Amino acid sequence: MDFPLLAVLAATLTIATPLVWAALGAILNERTGIMNLGIEGTMYAGAFVGFLTAAYTDSALLGIAAAIVAGLVAGLLMAVLTVTLGVNQHVAGIGTTLLLVAASDFTNRLLFSGGSQTVTAKFDRWFPGTGVFAQYPMTYVAFLILAPALWWVLRSSGFGLRLRAVGENPEAADAAGIPVASTRYAALMFGGAFMAIGGAFLTLSLLGSFTLDIVSGRGWICIALVIFGRWRVWPVVAGALLFGFADALQLQLAISPMFSAVPNELLIAFPYIVVIAALAIWGRGVRYPGSYLTPYRRA
Amino acid sequence: MTGVRPPLAELRAITKTFGALVANDSIDLVVQPGEVHALLGENGAGKSTLTRILYGLSQPDSGEISIEGTVRKMSSPADAMAAGIGMVTQEFSLVGTMTVTENLMLAGVGIGRINRVAARTRALEAAARIGVSINPDAVVETLSVGERQRVEIVKALFHDCRLLILDEPTAVLVPQDVGMLFDSIRRLTADGMGVIFISHKLHEVVEIAGRVSILRRGKIVASVPAAGLEPRQIAAMMVGAEVVAHGGITEAVSTVEADALATSIGLEPSAVSTALVAPAGDRPPGVGRATTVSSATPAATASTAVAATSGRANTASVPALAIRDLTLRGSGAPLLDTVSITVAPGEIVGVAGVSGNGQTELVSVLCGMAEPTSGSIQIGRVDITALGVVERIRAGLGRLTEDRRGSVIPNLSVEQNLVLEDLDTFRRGPFLSRTRMRTHVHQLMQRFDIRANATDPIRSLSGGNMQKVLLARALSRNPRALVASQPTRGLDVGACEYVYSQLRGLRDDGAGVLVISEDLDELLGLCDRIVVLFSGRIIGDVMAADASREELGLLMTGQAA
Ligand SMILES: Nc1ncnc2c1ncn2[C@@H]1O[C@H](COP(=O)(O)OP(=O)(O)OP(=O)(O)O)[C@@H](O)[C@H]1O
Ligand SMILES: [Mg+2]
Repeated sequence: MDFPLLAVLAATLTIATPLVWAALGAILNERTGIMNLGIEGTMYAGAFVGFLTAAYTDSALLGIAAAIVAGLVAGLLMAVLTVTLGVNQHVAGIGTTLLLVAASDFTNRLLFSGGSQTVTAKFDRWFPGTGVFAQYPMTYVAFLILAPALWWVLRSSGFGLRLRAVGENPEAADAAGIPVASTRYAALMFGGAFMAIGGAFLTLSLLGSFTLDIVSGRGWICIALVIFGRWRVWPVVAGALLFGFADALQLQLAISPMFSAVPNELLIAFPYIVVIAALAIWGRGVRYPGSYLTPYRRA
Repeated sequence: MTGVRPPLAELRAITKTFGALVANDSIDLVVQPGEVHALLGENGAGKSTLTRILYGLSQPDSGEISIEGTVRKMSSPADAMAAGIGMVTQEFSLVGTMTVTENLMLAGVGIGRINRVAARTRALEAAARIGVSINPDAVVETLSVGERQRVEIVKALFHDCRLLILDEPTAVLVPQDVGMLFDSIRRLTADGMGVIFISHKLHEVVEIAGRVSILRRGKIVASVPAAGLEPRQIAAMMVGAEVVAHGGITEAVSTVEADALATSIGLEPSAVSTALVAPAGDRPPGVGRATTVSSATPAATASTAVAATSGRANTASVPALAIRDLTLRGSGAPLLDTVSITVAPGEIVGVAGVSGNGQTELVSVLCGMAEPTSGSIQIGRVDITALGVVERIRAGLGRLTEDRRGSVIPNLSVEQNLVLEDLDTFRRGPFLSRTRMRTHVHQLMQRFDIRANATDPIRSLSGGNMQKVLLARALSRNPRALVASQPTRGLDVGACEYVYSQLRGLRDDGAGVLVISEDLDELLGLCDRIVVLFSGRIIGDVMAADASREELGLLMTGQAA
């Protein structure tokens, strides 16, 4: 069989893109000690709001802008719940996801009677015909701008230092005059925006349409990726690429006659199994940020 | 200059309550420019609470703070820093996963690009100016508490401030470092800086302080110039005896109690008791000022004969703890190099040394937190080298590690932390017996005078009370061999003496005790034998009775006699 390696690699990058956006957003959240299980819902809201705006304004760029706003709001909601009110982070996150998914579905049903819609205002691939390099703009931004920038911010900026201090030891950060709550608010809102951009990638770049199962667990995969990448930018990007590769491979195999006997469900499950296996092997004994899951209150 | 210069800081009627407990009861405190103001009091008296309020880490229920004459609201440490206040908190405020340089940069860092190289240079300069040595590239969590304390002090002096709060900065410092710190303090106060200095080491207080304020149960009971004060007078004021005229203590203080206090502050007991007014009978045990426990415990009476202790070491029998050729390799020179120490049953052996010479590693290897490269450890006849923590405890090991915060689960209650290591003994079938746990905890809290509610989360305890919880947990199991690192860190004079008596009691019951401490006076007073650790090697082994401070001090710096 002639294995289309280049096509698989190109698909790997495309599939990994929303994961990179969302997982890097999650790194930002978790480095301040907050686990954001609202990630799945935030991606969903980003996908829907982006799609909706693009459909009405006929501009994919405005779609992204609207998705960013949705992400900021979702992050703000998480921040109010976990930072200000000190709600259990699991509950707040799952609640946020349920709320955002339901609100998106409800609006979708109101406006489009629940059917799938297609938008014409959709991003095109840059450099078409160049194989691996024919990618959507947001893919380029994710790998060439977002990841290096976040890496730099966490390592070499005062904001990154504050972020890490808050995540490791909020008492120490507080004693050093760092505003713990606002740092967490900022991280959650920026992170939410990244997650929403990841979601909007699915509607505005990949599909050009909105469907109810659009995110299908990618948010949860990101949570796993962040743990197995130990909250560091490049390992998490590598994890997203691993998932992307497994998924691209699976798609390729599904259309090859040799694998026609294999149930499709099994193939679809394949990339998820790969990530779970990777998490089980490398994710053991990881060291969580010191203040993980704990709200900060002064005595 | 016209007019009177306003005080640097003035606290007026500061009150702070935690539930029913009044931690600060309408406290007034004035710090003048150029003054070192010592704040003293028993564990839980409210010293940390007061200073944390001044630094914005805690909000008072009422009262006001003015800095140089203007009333300021300290809603956060950022406000305090803006007002020129710096603080070294009692439980360290360092981020463990960051390097020393990064920790130093943390205060006042912006959000833009940071310059590590410049900060590293500044850190080295600051350390050199103060005279302590720190490694700017070390990750904080790999440092011993003594080293962390040095980092904290450099951090406090790294940024300019006009009022510096030091909450027990010397609890784990070696004498040389304390000297350096005091030199820096003198230099800074000469320039008009004010310092609030909290310590339980009274001889330090009389050495450095210009004024002494004493807190008892949340109230200021005395505020006097330090000139001419003697440690024992301060001790007496702390526990509630009155001082009149030229240092005569009038209120009835039992000889035993006074001796205990005197001993714990490093005085000759007999000399002191003559200086005190004769006793008018013992206070009923368990009533009132319970920290002066020694009056209620016969063990303490016996133990005040401090220097003479030779224990009942029985060298013929199986050692309680036998460490043989223990080696632990690090990336560079070995962290522990063929360390052998034998502790006989009924013996207290001290490990002296400047922190950072292998103490932390020795304790973590003994307690099962690190695996030695070679060598063996035995408790009685059981080889525990390869055993896990739980099995070690079962084999009769008791442990008290220097890292207080790391040894408790901060959000669990005092009660839960106390029973954590022996849940099995409270089992009733598959369940835990609450009532049995409660009685056990109640007894421990009384015995060790832990001043807190059993149901409070342990992170809310005062530093000294937290230390007592750990001690109670370790001693309640009657270990066959106890490894105690900095056992009296942050304890007040009465509590220290009680801990000594408990350790001696354990020894007299036939257990072996290994004490790791940087306080030579403590080691000389408590131990039967002292070994000196330097650069991971044992370079001295002397009987405490024939050892001198000078000799040990030389050994500790590696200049073998
Ligand atoms: N956050 C809190 N919640 C409840 N109680 C508290 C809290 N913080 C302090 N306390 C209590 O207030 C009292 C005073 O504590 P504080 O830490 O000021 O004592 P301290 O004088 O510094 O003692 P030490 O010498 O042991 O450090 C203690 O009884 C302590 O248990
Ligand atoms: Mg304190």
